[in-house]
Amino acid sequence: MLGLNNKDTLLLIIVAAITLLAPFILNPFPTQSAMAQFNAGYPDLMQRFVIFGIFAIGFNILFGLTGYLSFGHAAFLGVGSYSAVWMFKLLSMNVIPAILLAMLISGLFAVLIGFVSLRRSGIYFSILTLAFAQMSFNLAYSVLTPITNGETGLQLTLNDPRILGQVTTAEGSIPVTSLFGLEMRSTYEMIFGPWSFQFNAGYYLCAIIMLLSFYIAIRIFRSPFGMMLRAIKSNQTRMSYTGLNPRPYTLAAFVISGMYAGLAGGLMASMDPLAGAERMQWTASGEVVLMTILGGAGTLIGPILGAGFIKYFENIFSKINDNILHSWFAFMPDGFENALVAIVHPFVGKGWHLTLGILFMLVVVFLPGGLVEAGQRVAKLFRRRKSEKTSDESAQSKPAE
Amino acid sequence: MDAIILQILNGLDKGSAYALIALGLTLIFGTLGVVNFAHGALFMIGAFCAVTLSRILTLSFETVDPTQTDFLGQPLKVKTTYIEAWFGPEFGGAMIDWAVPLAILFAIPIMIAVGFIMERGLIKHFYKRPHADQILVTFGLAIVLQEIIKAFYGANPIPTPAPAAFKGSFDFGVLLGFEANAIIYPYWRLVYFAFAAIIIGGVFAFLQFTTFGMVVRAGMADRETVGILGINIDKRFTIMFGLAAAVAGLAGVMYAPINSPNYHMGMDFLVLSFVVVVVGGMGSLPGAVAAGFLLGILESFASMNQVKSIFPGIDQIIIYLVAIIILLTRPRGLLGRKGVMED
Repeated sequence: MLGLNNKDTLLLIIVAAITLLAPFILNPFPTQSAMAQFNAGYPDLMQRFVIFGIFAIGFNILFGLTGYLSFGHAAFLGVGSYSAVWMFKLLSMNVIPAILLAMLISGLFAVLIGFVSLRRSGIYFSILTLAFAQMSFNLAYSVLTPITNGETGLQLTLNDPRILGQVTTAEGSIPVTSLFGLEMRSTYEMIFGPWSFQFNAGYYLCAIIMLLSFYIAIRIFRSPFGMMLRAIKSNQTRMSYTGLNPRPYTLAAFVISGMYAGLAGGLMASMDPLAGAERMQWTASGEVVLMTILGGAGTLIGPILGAGFIKYFENIFSKINDNILHSWFAFMPDGFENALVAIVHPFVGKGWHLTLGILFMLVVVFLPGGLVEAGQRVAKLFRRRKSEKTSDESAQSKPAE
Repeated sequence: MDAIILQILNGLDKGSAYALIALGLTLIFGTLGVVNFAHGALFMIGAFCAVTLSRILTLSFETVDPTQTDFLGQPLKVKTTYIEAWFGPEFGGAMIDWAVPLAILFAIPIMIAVGFIMERGLIKHFYKRPHADQILVTFGLAIVLQEIIKAFYGANPIPTPAPAAFKGSFDFGVLLGFEANAIIYPYWRLVYFAFAAIIIGGVFAFLQFTTFGMVVRAGMADRETVGILGINIDKRFTIMFGLAAAVAGLAGVMYAPINSPNYHMGMDFLVLSFVVVVVGGMGSLPGAVAAGFLLGILESFASMNQVKSIFPGIDQIIIYLVAIIILLTRPRGLLGRKGVMED
């Protein structure tokens, strides 16, 4: 279907089902129950899942296929955000032109940065991209303040021109982002017994765009072009000996992944029309690297898994405080309870970064393939057991002669 | 002229910090072949050694002094530090005042131990893995280390003053025949520069003039052959890792009075020191030192108002700009060796 083989179609359908039903899947606990803090089905967080999913899918096209580790991808995300907000300021509150401009501008940036950075590979490439990203970050904070509004971040104001749209709403406030009149923040809430599920227009826009970009990523992975990119990763020298020039391929991969990042930035600005320089800082670039590796670099589903995993735990872990811990361990004797709370305390709440760092190290040390490898190992374990069983049976049924 | 000399001086202290961190990074890269993203965290741990020692020294107990009363008429509680009680107010007070220089002695064993544990516990398993994996695992380690520090010391910068003897500034201009107050320079920064020069000189002398250093240099050039000669090169490289950690830590200890330590200072320095290492040439120790000072001085020149009025914002990007130009024109960096990390 759609030019995919059966396995990929199945994967795409599963991902589509999960993203489209996410408001149900992420809200498994009734709103009043004690477990409700593990619910992640509110629009803001779901939007972040899919937006960072797009970001990581794009990063994976570069890092997973060609092996070029870019430490400056957040710059494209920031550029995308800024251009989208400018589109809201100047043209209209419709998200489509904003997203298109975000992709275009970040694509142009990627051509420029990629053209220079891809002259080198390995750690030099990482440092070059890092240098470019840090340059953009520092400039956005200082000299480019007329464009980026410096530390405050770029925001919408009441006296923006907005040529095609309304300047202010009837009540005189700033209009909200919309898709041809469908407001991005409009949310339909379905109450079902003790559960409540929220369906947000913005989330569904992001989800559909993510599915599209996932589909495109699958096509790239399975195409001859994707094969070329893998060839670059495995042996660039041999590739040039066969008469192929790797540069155009890597540049194309770099630009594509830069445009994915710009798309993510544009969507981020469409959901909440704000853009700040901190989105371009190198720690933000580090985050997408973490997502991709944690999920499994070079696999199709890995980056999405990684993005969801990190964003989920960022939200849930950082919400857990001492009171919640005490209520969890309340069944134990007091001394034990306090000791356990004291042990767990540094890892949750504000300290969740510590948990993330440890998890990340464990993954790099023991599971270089990320969560996907973990899944495969578990699956293999089951399969081996089954095959052992069948081989045992066949051995019994065929006695030696 | 005086403005130029002032900028060179201003660049020296930052340049010294870059040079010290880059020296350690290059030592680790040259010996073990590991790209250590946790090196900035070591610098930060060093700075927090200074904080810790000054906290230990100012541990105090309260006594009630019946001769004095506070504003409510009650006997005043007086805090006395243990150090002052044990050694007398003069010597004890001097120890508290000199907490940062004393922290050097305190930090060396700690940093060497941290370096050993890091190398034996984690980095040892990453020799054969690709550089990307090494970057990632040490990046994770850096996050963990800085979060641990944050959990203990909080997120705010902790002011750690230099000894009173080094407060104030030195009028450098008078020495060179300029008028008074044309070039003034804080004493502590001079101390920092001198300290960095001693450490750098010490490391080079250690590598150049001792048998141990000779073996290490031989190992850097050809690890296998040294191994075949029956020398346990791994053990020596581990010691070098401890040494590199100590160098980064000491750079941090002495930097504490210049910039109040906070938990993310390591990350801020890390990116710059990587740029420094690459500009200097991967694996070249003199290159790392030279590039450190060069970039420090360039950075302070770029922050002059005259320069900024010609190129607005140049002070923010000069280091990265120089790095990009050097990487594209001199693929091996300033003094890079042939065959190290070549693509």
